[in-house]
Amino acid sequence: MRTKKELVIIGGGPAGLAAAIAAWEDGIRDMVVLEREHNPGGILRQCIHNGFGLHRFGEELTGPEYAQRDIDKALELGIPIACDTTVLSLSEDRVVSCVSQKEGYQEIEAGAVILAMGCRERPRGALGTPGTRCAGVYTAGTAQKFVNLEGFMPGKRVVILGSGDIGLIMARRMTLQGAKVLACVELMPFSSGLNRNIVQCLQDYNIPLYLSHTVTRIDGRERLTGVAVSEVGPDRKPIPGTEQYFECDTLLLSVGLIPENELSRTAHVHLSPVTSGAEVDDSLQTSIPGIFACGNVLHVHDLVDYVSEESFKAGHAAAAFVRGNLKVGRTVKVRDGKGVRGTVPQSIRLDAEDGVRLMFRPDAVYKNATVRVLCGEREIAKRRQMIFTPGEMAVIDLKKEIVKGLDADLTVEVG
Amino acid sequence: MTEVLIIGGGVVGCSVARALSRYDARVCVLEAAYDVSEGCSKANSGIVHAGYDAVPGTLKAKYNVAGARMYPALCRELGVPYKQNGALVVAFSEADRGTLVKLLEQGNANGVEGLEIVEQDRLREMEPEIAPEAIAALHVPTSGIVSPYEMTYALADHAAINGVTFCLNTKVESIAYDGEKWHVLTSQGEKTCDVLVNCAGYMSGVFHEAMGGEPMEIIHRRGQYYILDHPDHMPFARTMFQCPTKMGKGILVAPTVHDNVLLGPTAEDIDDPLDTQTTADGLESVLSAARLTWPKLSVRTAVTNFSGVRAHAAGGDFVVGPVAGNRHAYEAAGMESPGLSAAPAVGEALSEMIAEGEGLQRKAEWKPFPSRPKPFNEMNAEERTAAVQTYPLHGNIICRCEVVTEQEIRDAIRRPVGATTVDGVKRRTRAGMGRCQGGFCSPRVTEILAEELGVDMTCIRKGAPGSELLCGTIQESMKGVAEDAD
Amino acid sequence: MAEERVITCINCPMGCRMTVTLEDGKVVSVSGNTCKRGETYAHQECTTPVRMVTAVVPVEGSRLPCSVKTRQPIPKALIPACMKVLSETTLKKPVHAGDAVAVNVCGTGIDVIATRSVL
Repeated sequence: MRTKKELVIIGGGPAGLAAAIAAWEDGIRDMVVLEREHNPGGILRQCIHNGFGLHRFGEELTGPEYAQRDIDKALELGIPIACDTTVLSLSEDRVVSCVSQKEGYQEIEAGAVILAMGCRERPRGALGTPGTRCAGVYTAGTAQKFVNLEGFMPGKRVVILGSGDIGLIMARRMTLQGAKVLACVELMPFSSGLNRNIVQCLQDYNIPLYLSHTVTRIDGRERLTGVAVSEVGPDRKPIPGTEQYFECDTLLLSVGLIPENELSRTAHVHLSPVTSGAEVDDSLQTSIPGIFACGNVLHVHDLVDYVSEESFKAGHAAAAFVRGNLKVGRTVKVRDGKGVRGTVPQSIRLDAEDGVRLMFRPDAVYKNATVRVLCGEREIAKRRQMIFTPGEMAVIDLKKEIVKGLDADLTVEVG
Repeated sequence: MTEVLIIGGGVVGCSVARALSRYDARVCVLEAAYDVSEGCSKANSGIVHAGYDAVPGTLKAKYNVAGARMYPALCRELGVPYKQNGALVVAFSEADRGTLVKLLEQGNANGVEGLEIVEQDRLREMEPEIAPEAIAALHVPTSGIVSPYEMTYALADHAAINGVTFCLNTKVESIAYDGEKWHVLTSQGEKTCDVLVNCAGYMSGVFHEAMGGEPMEIIHRRGQYYILDHPDHMPFARTMFQCPTKMGKGILVAPTVHDNVLLGPTAEDIDDPLDTQTTADGLESVLSAARLTWPKLSVRTAVTNFSGVRAHAAGGDFVVGPVAGNRHAYEAAGMESPGLSAAPAVGEALSEMIAEGEGLQRKAEWKPFPSRPKPFNEMNAEERTAAVQTYPLHGNIICRCEVVTEQEIRDAIRRPVGATTVDGVKRRTRAGMGRCQGGFCSPRVTEILAEELGVDMTCIRKGAPGSELLCGTIQESMKGVAEDAD
Repeated sequence: MAEERVITCINCPMGCRMTVTLEDGKVVSVSGNTCKRGETYAHQECTTPVRMVTAVVPVEGSRLPCSVKTRQPIPKALIPACMKVLSETTLKKPVHAGDAVAVNVCGTGIDVIATRSVL
């Protein structure tokens, strides 16, 4: 069946819901949010810990509570959310093909599309860790789903590889639920997790954190029986003779998130090799007119509050596009300079309606450092901060007046 | 009725079982593992070799060429993905060129069609990604690729449809012949039969001897592989071999029938045939060797690595036929590469020998393989619309990376020799084969398995017994935890 | 009796390592902090450390459990006891987000509440 919609939003997590609410507020009614799971809310549904929403709501919510606020708002407005619906492909001319048990196979010609598919975890295969292919090796998110959504424990003696926040949160979660977490192992010399999580998820339970270490072998024929852990040198290669062994039945991987852009690829959206997300301008429009991207599918965020903020913007811009009001005009490019990785947006329209917030990740830890934005050779913005870490998104805002006066490509640098 | 026991449910055992199911006999396959296709049949290069590699006059040459010729029609019949993508054996030196000439002559002698040596320019035209150091190649147009485990599952299903029974988790511990019957002691009790067939892969040497044959040494040769995600552009259309050595066919770079890129295998002789771990050195050597063929290789898109152990007969050739001594014992032993390519022909040949030797009659009716629906992932819009209308569960996509539907997963569990584990579902449907490696779909697949098999979630395994995925409910796990743990 | 403790500040990514000196359970000095927030945190953490507890609890007749949290942080030492109470709790439908699932948990005066609805 082929139908038409002014706006199709792919993904009903925090990004998709916020984008939908913004577009609705701008008067778009002929729209639908396509969600592959049985319920909207995305990954927040399994993030039962608290700490979400401090910036946006001024209070600390759990994941389900944060998601519910947007779900309630969307339902109150009457935004149609089609759950159990998987998008199969997206074309350059914005035809969305999707399937569900209820509606069957459908093709929707969309006036505009917002990509809000989120991200996925890097699995074991991507690490190339040698060893056996036994049961007991899970990504932290898969384990989180088993424990928090299904109520099952994946194991009892656990080693965690990667000290990202999901890994840290799962260290505590497994411990509280009766498992013994033996170690958290981090390849880098620093953790990408929040200090709060290192203190409250590891230190509170005397779980050692091994920085500059990695898992070098996975043992166990049927179920995991143990992992070998070695220290790594500055080249991140294992140092011979530093091996220690942990007998365990479970290895949880928290080794990075990858924006899920398979659909974007089918539409030939230009992707950034640094963020693995779409390249967008300040309106969050991708290289394909009428296709917008926001949230973790665009770049992996540290806080959901920023996801929501970015997604409201995408929703407003998509609404303007549908109405024919979105100006593009002249743009300047934004490039990563020294110490900076993955600045979003990658270009700025000179007639941007508002100021523009640039977001990026520093490539290492910088203390007492300054982020600078250069327009050609000219410094147009700078901000000093006590510390920049790769685990935290850094931001710098450009005021509307500054954006109007841009006359060359921008470079963002930290040092 | 004549009772036949086949030891081994790999691609050879299942080929023999299917071929024998045409005859009036009671056939049962004994498989030590929890599923068929669990040994070398699940972890090999998936190449249907054309047959230039085997020494003329050997059984390897005979059955390889014959088997390879059967593949296109057989795969169509069984709905198994197969593609005759051709192969190139690449020479990097003048010495290699000598090998090409030898392979060409060998291939011609074996009756392989269309072989030719192509020079640099033509080679680069055919495969632009080839390393600049390549100077020539043997072009093998009839070389093919197949999914080896899907082949085995289909053979098993077809055999089962025609009355063959499969005893899984049934390890043969000893065999004895009393002059009339074979007594087979298994982990599931004793079984007797009139005719015993040894298709036991890495164990085939042991059974060969126990059946009355001369001692036969089987060397366990491990091969490690990398699988890369579906590339935007497939680097090579053909299977790219390097020149073979005594240890095997060398490291290949090849597309798979599912549009992944396969790199490997290594060739390491090991003691334990079940030791299918990968090693840092082995994986590194796969990459460095593959880069000789494909300098632009990047492992950034690796989805997994694995290894398989092939059963290399020290004698060098396959052993196919009745075991000496006329005790109603038959075998297909030492079936290393090109065992997959040869399996269909070996199945036919061995079943004919058994039928003749044991006086088996053809059945009046032999059921054809039921036509299988195309994978949802490969359907066009009309086919998808129709599929969901007929089977609404096609509307639930469980594996998003490989686009596998709930209907397909349930069907895989309900097949005649159906999946009972997450890995069994994965190999039958591709759910979990993709870039997230089951991160998103494995909880749902676990649930569907529990429903279909009528067991608790905690009973569901990844693969072999002992590989349960979950250890209990969260409430159970709290029992016995001290309150003042800190 | 004097006691020295080294703790990590959790307020920002600086993660200052602070040395806290206590006498008879009272903080007498804090060093190593960069800002005032660190000092405040050190006092709280060394005298009355508290934590939020979140978990999931089974619901009768529902395949999926319900997520819950303590309405406010509870004393850190009571976390295992709180988890034990929750591991022995089963809810009955309907559960509404915000419903108390364990009242005055472990005598803290704080309720454990549902963070989603199971209807």
